[in-house]
Parts: sequence; C-alpha cells; structure tokens
Amino acid sequence: MLTLECPYCGVKAEETELTPGYEAHLKRFGPGSSDDDFESYMFARKNPKGVHFERWRHAYGCGKWFLAARCTVTLEVFGTYPAQLGEPPADIIAKITAKRPGWEGYK
Amino acid sequence: MTRTGPGRMFDASHMPQSALGGAVFDGFARVQEIGPLGMISLRCALDHPACPAAVQAAVGLGLPAQRRIIMDGQRAVGWMSPDELLLILPYADAAAALQRIAAALDGVHHLAVDVSDARAVFRITGPRADQVLTKLCPVDLAALAPDELRRTRAAQVAAAFWREGDGYTLVSFRSVAGYVMGLLSHSAQRGSELG
Ligand SMILES: [Zn+2]
Repeated sequence: MLTLECPYCGVKAEETELTPGYEAHLKRFGPGSSDDDFESYMFARKNPKGVHFERWRHAYGCGKWFLAARCTVTLEVFGTYPAQLGEPPADIIAKITAKRPGWEGYK
Repeated sequence: MTRTGPGRMFDASHMPQSALGGAVFDGFARVQEIGPLGMISLRCALDHPACPAAVQAAVGLGLPAQRRIIMDGQRAVGWMSPDELLLILPYADAAAALQRIAAALDGVHHLAVDVSDARAVFRITGPRADQVLTKLCPVDLAALAPDELRRTRAAQVAAAFWREGDGYTLVSFRSVAGYVMGLLSHSAQRGSELG
C-alpha cells in the first residue's frame, strides 16, 4: 500500500484516495515542435526501476494535483511537493542522494 | 425550478425534500439521513482580504484553518481545499446568503453556488459510530482532530465527514444517497461490530 501526504491539505492519503498522473516534470512539446520531440513527449517514459517522480491527484480529497518522489522497487516515499514547482525541492533531492548513492538525477 | 419566496403563495409541492425522506437504520449504531440542509460551495483565494467578510456575512462565522470545520448551531464553515469552503446554513437562508456573498466579493474573482440540492447528509451516532466509518473509509479515525473535516471516499463514492455530537455527520452527492445509505446500514449491522 502506498501512502502519500498531500502537500495542499496535509492528508496522509491512502493510494485509493488518489488518482495516478504518471511521470512528472515532462517538458511539453506542442504545435510547431519537431516530430521526434512530439513523439518523445507523447510516448517516451523513463519507467525506471528505482527513483521515480510522479504526478498524483488527491481525487477523493481536496482535488489538487501534486508531485511525489518514490522508489518503484521498495515503494519508499522520499517526499511530496506542490505541482507548481518546476523541479523537485532541494531537501527531497538531498534525501534521495543520501539514500541512493550514484542516483543519476531526475532529468 | 420554482421556489417559494416572499410574496408567493405557499405551495407544499415546492417544499424541499431530502434525498431519502429521512431514512433511518438502527444497528449497532444509528444511521439517519437528515436534511435538506442549505449548502453553499464558495471558491476563492482564502487569503484574499475580502474572504473573511464574505463568510461572516453569509453565515456569521470566521474562516476555518486547514481541514477544520467551525460549527455554531445550524451554521458551519468547513475547509474543503486551499481555495474552497463549504458553508452550511438553514435551507431557506441559502439564497439570501448568496446575495450577501456576491456583495462582499464584488469585483473579487470567486465562485459561490447553492449546492443544497446536490447533496445528501447523514448522521451516524452511538458509542460505536466510528466503526461504521472505519469499515468504509481509508481513514485513521483515532488520529482525526475533534473539529476536523475529512474528505475521503466511502467505499466507491466521494464523501466528507466530521465529528458532531455523539457521532459523525457525513455528506455525499445526492445522486448516490441510496448507495451511501445502503453502505452505512450494512456497515452498522448488528453482529458486525469490530473487536
Ligand atoms: Zn489534498
């Protein structure tokens, strides 16, 4: 079971109260972009075995989208943060780096 | 929809009806559908200086903190999200309260809607009322603050509840009132107590 704390309302939401939004921090390529960029934006996902950054919506709660950093192998949650942030907060990055030496970063 | 109002003849067919006509189930806890209650959904920046005055004008109460509900008799203000409040008041007062909100938030980006007829309200009471909800909602009720408004799911549908009196008050969408009454009643069946 996955429990994520919603950064907007503070509820420690159980997975069934949330809707998954898949990979976070994608750079959007829209009209006017190259076919390759658009294809990779639409379809290419990291799908890592390990540290993953995801979008989640507190659907059965405050309704807000937020972001989460967790490990897809152990289900360890490194932290959650507002969707308005363009990149993960420094404290979450530091926590991951300390626990996963050699982690290649979120980009 | 026609409503009764000042200057209009009284007509019983226009009296508001709660979703289930006050259905009751007596199990190890008592489940009762109540209402209709007046409910206004108010969305705006809660830190806008005009917001507290609008809430005060509507229901005479202050702003609740995150996930809290302030109750006073038949009126209440609940924190629903960082930009949403639920105002509760007598059914007949909702229209006038909306006008007062509109006046207080004139020129301020906001949305205020009478959702009284979109909701069903239930009371779950008795010493084991918490067990009825524990079986249906992924919530640690022992960690729930006395004045906390918790939005969650009850089995497969959205719900919100808070402690009140000798039990809980739960709000769902009216369209699933029958489903929720069934859930609560089944969960409250005698012989299915926890522990
Ligand atoms: Zn939330």
